[in-house]
Amino acid sequence: MSVTKTIDARDTFCPGPLMELISYMKHASVGDVVELLSTDTGSANDIPEWVKKVGHEMVGTEQVDGIWHLKVRKAK
Amino acid sequence: MRILVVGGGTAGTIIANNLARRLGPETRSGKVRITMLTASDRHMYQPGLLYVAFGQMAPDQLYRDQASLLEPNIDFHVDPVKQFMLDKNQVKTESGKVYEYDIIVIATGSRMVPDETPGLTEGAEFFYTEASAVKMYQKLREFKGGKVAVAVGVPHKCPIAPVEVMFALNDFFKARGIRDKVNLKYYYPIGRIHTIENVAKWAKPEFDKMGIEYETLFNIREVDAKNKILKSEEGTEVEYDLLIVIPQHRGMEVIERDNLGQGGWIPTDRYKLTMNGHENVYVVGDTTNLPVSKTGSAAHFQAEVVAENIASIIKIGSPVRDYDGKVYCFIEAGHEKATYAMFNYLNPPDLKPPSKPMHWFKLSYNQMYWTSVRGLL
Repeated sequence: MSVTKTIDARDTFCPGPLMELISYMKHASVGDVVELLSTDTGSANDIPEWVKKVGHEMVGTEQVDGIWHLKVRKAK
Repeated sequence: MRILVVGGGTAGTIIANNLARRLGPETRSGKVRITMLTASDRHMYQPGLLYVAFGQMAPDQLYRDQASLLEPNIDFHVDPVKQFMLDKNQVKTESGKVYEYDIIVIATGSRMVPDETPGLTEGAEFFYTEASAVKMYQKLREFKGGKVAVAVGVPHKCPIAPVEVMFALNDFFKARGIRDKVNLKYYYPIGRIHTIENVAKWAKPEFDKMGIEYETLFNIREVDAKNKILKSEEGTEVEYDLLIVIPQHRGMEVIERDNLGQGGWIPTDRYKLTMNGHENVYVVGDTTNLPVSKTGSAAHFQAEVVAENIASIIKIGSPVRDYDGKVYCFIEAGHEKATYAMFNYLNPPDLKPPSKPMHWFKLSYNQMYWTSVRGLL
């Protein structure tokens, strides 16, 4: 699985990691995989929650050295 | 040394004035030339549009002549850039002229793009342009009661605006004596009512006290303007009588046309504010792809850093400051009170209780802006 785009949303309070992801997904193609980097502890919960609700696919969630790496595939 | 500033909004104007003042002797001797290219001979105070939408400011109060805001040693032209040729250190303008530079600042800003969402232009009111703000006021004046839905597109300029408009609507309908006939509901893209956690924690009980309802994880998909139905990406549908939308934004067309950045947002170093891979190209304000609020405040603080660094490069050969992500946003909280959110990359905002003096300060700032944009404040 290759990552199409990495979004560096570390150390940001506004607009925040999920807003950055939503913004990017509008322009992405179906099948694209985006990796979101986040230092926000809430990202591990709120990003999978939105991805599930909107109908995309989580393909990876891991924390490395305090940074969340969240991989999402655009499904529609 | 030729410095070219493209864009005459908050960031471009502060940078040009700041540079003109720091480099007075160098511009007089001809060692440095500062040129500004803009798309308009007028400068708009954009935060005033929210007041226009509620009948609290007249549109003509939002404008000054751009030339009147600039230091005399700035070479100013209303001639927007049509093409960036970064490999040649040149730009081509609408008039056909080619401008060469040693350092360029790109501060072209952003624009609302409601047409990218089906039905939105026909079905919703906005306050991000003069014409739309005036129209929204007229719709509010005519409104007799019913369901008011406020929804938020992504990305958008001024992230505080969604909560401010709710407080303003509550005040407006109370003042007209019809608040009990109005159902006010707020629809927000992420899982809480504001992207800044501390703003969400503060605003939620305020909404509850005012009887403002809310639904989260709601991203606008389309509007059925004929039947007055708002539909979300998440699969929900909402009936409304009046729809107000914070519209989705993009950077300017020329940025996308020249492949400088997806969505019109240029990839930018978050500390140096240079375009990635281009040390002589600075990017400021809404034009960056930084994970920072698209606001005049961020543009202002970035502009101060860029101006000081360009002047330092000319004077001592190297930049002297990094941008730390600083943003300061007033928050109009209704009932003639206001608070503020100040934060940077590492420190979240710590909201204070809203107060009347902070509201009066915000009203004063609406005038002080003209001093600020001249680079004096």
